Amino acid sequence: MSETVKVTCLNDKHKALGAQMVPFGGFEMPLQYSNIIDEHNAVREHCGVFDVSHMGEVRVTGAEAEKFVQYIFTNDLKGAEYGKIFYGMMLHPDGGTVDDLLVYKMGDQEFFLVINAANIDKDYAHIVAEAKNFDVKTENLSDYYGQLAVQGPESEQIVEEVLGLPCKDLVFYTFDKVPANGEELIVSRTGYTGEDGFEIYGSHEYIRKAWDKLMECGKVKPCGLGCRDTLRFEVGLPLYGDELNDDVTPLEAGLGMFVKLDKDDFIGKDALVKQKAEGLKRKIVGIELQDKAIPRHGYEVLNGETVVGVVTTGYNSISTGKSVCMAMVNIDVAALDTPLSIRIRKKVFPGVVTKKRFYKKSYKK
Amino acid sequence: MAKFIEGLYYSESHEFVKVDGEFAYVGITDYAQSQLGTVTYVDMPEEGDDFEAGEEFGAVESVKAASDVFSPVSCTVVEVNEALEDEPELINKDAFENWIMKVKLNDPSELEGLMDAAAYENFCK
Repeated sequence: MSETVKVTCLNDKHKALGAQMVPFGGFEMPLQYSNIIDEHNAVREHCGVFDVSHMGEVRVTGAEAEKFVQYIFTNDLKGAEYGKIFYGMMLHPDGGTVDDLLVYKMGDQEFFLVINAANIDKDYAHIVAEAKNFDVKTENLSDYYGQLAVQGPESEQIVEEVLGLPCKDLVFYTFDKVPANGEELIVSRTGYTGEDGFEIYGSHEYIRKAWDKLMECGKVKPCGLGCRDTLRFEVGLPLYGDELNDDVTPLEAGLGMFVKLDKDDFIGKDALVKQKAEGLKRKIVGIELQDKAIPRHGYEVLNGETVVGVVTTGYNSISTGKSVCMAMVNIDVAALDTPLSIRIRKKVFPGVVTKKRFYKKSYKK
Repeated sequence: MAKFIEGLYYSESHEFVKVDGEFAYVGITDYAQSQLGTVTYVDMPEEGDDFEAGEEFGAVESVKAASDVFSPVSCTVVEVNEALEDEPELINKDAFENWIMKVKLNDPSELEGLMDAAAYENFCK
């Protein structure tokens, strides 16, 4: 594990904009530039850009590349064409989650994995260890690639006109390689905000130029990790470290649709098949409070006087004004409309189990 | 730039005390609100609550975090600022006007242990 705090290729630009910088996933990252609420609303209503260069990238190539990725990944890539992107997880043999990630199909013998910053070292060690039994080559390209996430309803126009990158023909969860700046960029219609948007991978030099163009055009708000979290939370997307970790399975996190138990063997499959057959003992639910008090990560969930779970992420939702959270609770209290309460400091606030999607996604599919 | 008002007393945990006879108004300082960002919720004490000096009396929350607030003085709450229940962001507009609780001072000599405006401004540097 690296002891020093890393920086992205845009670190000096964040500081020049007056961003409040915080440690995240081993990197010094902008929490906010002006105000989390304004940045959040810019993405919901117009366009915002995030520096997500801290994310890790791993390339897998070779004759058994597909067979290998199928073995370490929960989703099913079989028969996919160039340009398709899959969301899923890598698991431990016991079904606990190593990481959640995207897999880009670049060719019959080439896949591009995008992993969480905090897990780069752990994930790459896991990938290298498992790759020994396959005819594949793995490369950790995390230090080469910078990445921007341009998100919001106006992002298609911005990426086309301000950055000059063709993107309007991309459908949701696909990508293309785009030549620019003397290199080959990866442009994908993805993001983690619940809005339409694009993620652009390129060299540090390109990412710095693109960032400057976005700042100069006056139509794009720089957005920090603060609103990245409120945006993903409102649409029920998990964050590794909150909803997912080494001890939580994707089934418990409500991510079963990204786990294909009917495909050939993959790491963790047996454990999940067993867990599904026996029934879950706990799962992540949404809880809405009556009051505006804010439930936060780690707070206790109560059924009467009994502790039945813990809050994984909670906010006063910026888009709806309601105080809501995701929480891992015992299965016997996980049904919709079950009354549960949350201990917030010295007081206990009543609430009710809801779906864990607090705001409707508006992807362009 | 944060405001520092003469005549108030300030704590190291960034609360102010504005004395009015045997009563006082307690809230968070302008510097504190500027560090917190937009206030989205104030967890308030209740009328009649007693606090020792240094005891937690509630919390002020921004989008990202909850910050406990501590009573700089021993006191009994006589009134809470109910306007903050519907408009917590009033604290961002004027932290000194939008106090959190009005209290009866139980030991006015404790005020001598707090900072004045100049000392607090220096403390915030």
